[in-house]
Amino acid sequence: MQIGEMAQTCGWKLLAGEKGTGNEVDGCYVGDLLSWVMARAQAGNVWLTVMGNVNAVAVATLTEVSAIVLTESAALDAEAAVKAEQQGIPVYTCAENTYETAVQVYEKLGQ
Amino acid sequence: MSMLHLNYQVPGDDFTRAGEASGDVKHKLKKLGYEPDATRRVAIAMYEGEINMVIHAGGGEAVVDIDPDRVEIVLADHGPGIEDVDQAMQAGWSTAPDNVRALGFGAGMGLPNMKKYTDEMVVESVVGEGTTVRMTVVPGRKQ
Repeated sequence: MQIGEMAQTCGWKLLAGEKGTGNEVDGCYVGDLLSWVMARAQAGNVWLTVMGNVNAVAVATLTEVSAIVLTESAALDAEAAVKAEQQGIPVYTCAENTYETAVQVYEKLGQ
Repeated sequence: MSMLHLNYQVPGDDFTRAGEASGDVKHKLKKLGYEPDATRRVAIAMYEGEINMVIHAGGGEAVVDIDPDRVEIVLADHGPGIEDVDQAMQAGWSTAPDNVRALGFGAGMGLPNMKKYTDEMVVESVVGEGTTVRMTVVPGRKQ
């Protein structure tokens, strides 16, 4: 499934990185500690976090996750938005918490 | 002489630019068609090293040599040095300030991650003079 399609059906709003909305999603990773995420997230995962800083975008680039979803309306820094745009990393926002969002992803991936 | 020799200055005070060197190396390895697992390991280890240099050392220099059978990364800084390298290598040990932790770093995972993702790693540090980390990644070795 493409991340853009998943976002639409889950009701996530795109904040930056439109270039990457065709990225394929084949899994999900959850975490806020960047070193931990960097070591474990897999390419193609959609990454659920509350870390909307420029380093999170760098971690997303290095791990080749398909997108960042900022749960509970966590903020995306202006610098991070610029970087995400440059790197083509889609960053979405949603009001639900990480658990609820992960359940949504699970349901979409199972369809 | 290596196939590709790269040299980067890592800025000391700027978290937003940490990752530029590792990102560039990753990009070049991909363009060369380098093995994906080795490419990922190089990128992660080097990014952790860059972040360390920004947090602790006021920046430094990264030198990367790429060959078909290995990637060698040398990260050198003139920061405060590490008093006890064995202790610093332990997962969870950190001297990072709170503002760094708020960014999602400083959990004491940097050096252990670097060791985990490389095939060889040597840390040389002199208190008051600086730290040099030498890492080697061999394609196909660690998975």
